[in-house]
Amino acid sequence: MRNFVITVAVTGALASSAFAEDVLPTDVRYEDGAVSVSLSGVAGDAANGRKIVGDKKQGNCVACHSVTELKETVPFHGEIGPMLDGAGDRWSEGELRGIVANAKIMFDESMMPSFYKTEGYIRPGNAYTGKAADETLTTLLTAQQIEDVVAYLTTLKE
Amino acid sequence: MKYVTGAALASLLTTSLAFADPVDDTLILNEETDMITRTAAPAHLSDTLDEVMSGWLFRGTETRAMQADDFDNPGMIFVEQAQDSWMIAEGTEGKSCSSCHNDMDSMAGVKATYPKWNEEAGEVRTLQMQMNNCRTERMGAEAWGYDKTPAINMEAALSAVSRGLPVNVAIDGPAQSAWELGKELYYTRTGQLELSCANCHEDSYGMMIRADHLSQGQINGFPVYRLKNTKLNGVHSRFKGCVRDTRAETYKPGSAEFVALELYVASRGNGLSVEGPSIRN
Ligand code: HEC
Ligand code: HEC
Ligand code: HEC
Repeated sequence: MRNFVITVAVTGALASSAFAEDVLPTDVRYEDGAVSVSLSGVAGDAANGRKIVGDKKQGNCVACHSVTELKETVPFHGEIGPMLDGAGDRWSEGELRGIVANAKIMFDESMMPSFYKTEGYIRPGNAYTGKAADETLTTLLTAQQIEDVVAYLTTLKE
Repeated sequence: MKYVTGAALASLLTTSLAFADPVDDTLILNEETDMITRTAAPAHLSDTLDEVMSGWLFRGTETRAMQADDFDNPGMIFVEQAQDSWMIAEGTEGKSCSSCHNDMDSMAGVKATYPKWNEEAGEVRTLQMQMNNCRTERMGAEAWGYDKTPAINMEAALSAVSRGLPVNVAIDGPAQSAWELGKELYYTRTGQLELSCANCHEDSYGMMIRADHLSQGQINGFPVYRLKNTKLNGVHSRFKGCVRDTRAETYKPGSAEFVALELYVASRGNGLSVEGPSIRN
């Protein structure tokens, strides 16, 4: 692990995410599928998380999950995963972070994509081009985007 | 099977409960040919599926109706074009398909058995590979590009004369190793989204993925006329699109991998009627 406590203190003082040092995807520590420490060191922005969850080009979580609260703004929610209503009651923040970062640790063989991972893929592509990925392959969501999504999920209470 | 029909369940929606709701409808082509759109799964699938179902059952009322009558099926325009080219001599030998094969009707039943092992060549051939072999080896004509218009139109015409007959591809004997490769590809989770064909078309058929109603991903209806691009689309092009959507590097239409995958996927539909050209979104 890295010097993340220090990072948090520093960014807190400067109030700027530019100074935050993200936990590398390969350094994330999962305990029973949960991740207790923030990946970016910067508090998540729930409003932005809400956008990511509904945006086809970002999390696209609604491809597989439906969220009642989002239905008015984003049409067509999928049915492959459970409804996310009440996710903030069912799971702790750390568990939600672990699920979003890499759900396959919490749920064996899960169909849910791993949003904070860069290794272990079979024939990874360059986004949706159908061409091979190159060295610019990044995680599906950035550390801060994961924090934003987690912040949004914790607001989903019944 | 694990599915239950009825919108009442939508509110209960929990993790593993798939409520596959293909419609309860029958397809009678041109008011005369009964099409088999659902039937008992072939033996090699008996551990995973009870029934296999045509993609037709997962489409909307209007799309289904368009396919029931040749006058309403825009795919038939391309079939007519291919029927014309069947008669036209091409290549150095001055021959047309009809010079050797007579009427198109002589091809009834052929589509249902492809991809098929070719003994002489020692390979599994798709229908397009076989047509191209006739072109390059017997007509002295150029091969058609894989899934390109002339090839896909001719494939649709050959399919049209087999409509109603059950898909019946052989998976044992010399074709077995290609079939095994296809099976492996079907269950491999590819790309950055790490999804396999089976994740979507075996584990989740009947469910919505965003705005799409997932079918079993059968190919008995190919070539398909898609309302989206208003032309006929080939099996390999569809595979390519699905693989691309997992954020993976795709294989090419006509590649050994897609030929093997076509054989495997076709075998998952053994028993369903040949339907091509069918209509899809
Ligand atoms: C390809 C489909 C798919 C996508 C895309 C997807 N998930 Fe999931 N998700 C699942 C499935 C399936 C489960 C159920 C766990 C399992 O695999 O058994 C799940 C489980 C979850 C859970 C736990 C559910 C609960 O309340 O008990 C949360 C939270 C979650 N997902 C959040 C997300 C978020 C946030 C995103 C987008 C960043 C996302 N998912 C994208 C398929 C998906
Ligand atoms: C010079 C004669 C000749 C011409 C011209 C010809 N073919 Fe063939 N075709 C054959 C022979 C002989 C076979 C069977 C040999 C084999 O299996 O390789 C065959 C086999 C086939 C088959 C497979 C039949 C089966 O039962 O598996 C298809 C499909 C086919 N041809 C399509 C076409 C099309 C389409 C054209 C025009 C583009 C065409 N052929 C032109 C001689 C010809
Ligand atoms: C992320 C989910 C997903 C994955 C993974 C996926 N597909 Fe699809 N596929 C779809 C959707 C959505 C459609 C359009 C709706 C339908 O017919 O299911 C589709 C359609 C198809 C069709 C057309 C069916 C018809 O009747 O017209 C075929 C064939 C197909 N897929 C094969 C495959 C194969 C083979 C693979 C693996 C290489 C695969 N798919 C992987 C989502 C997926």
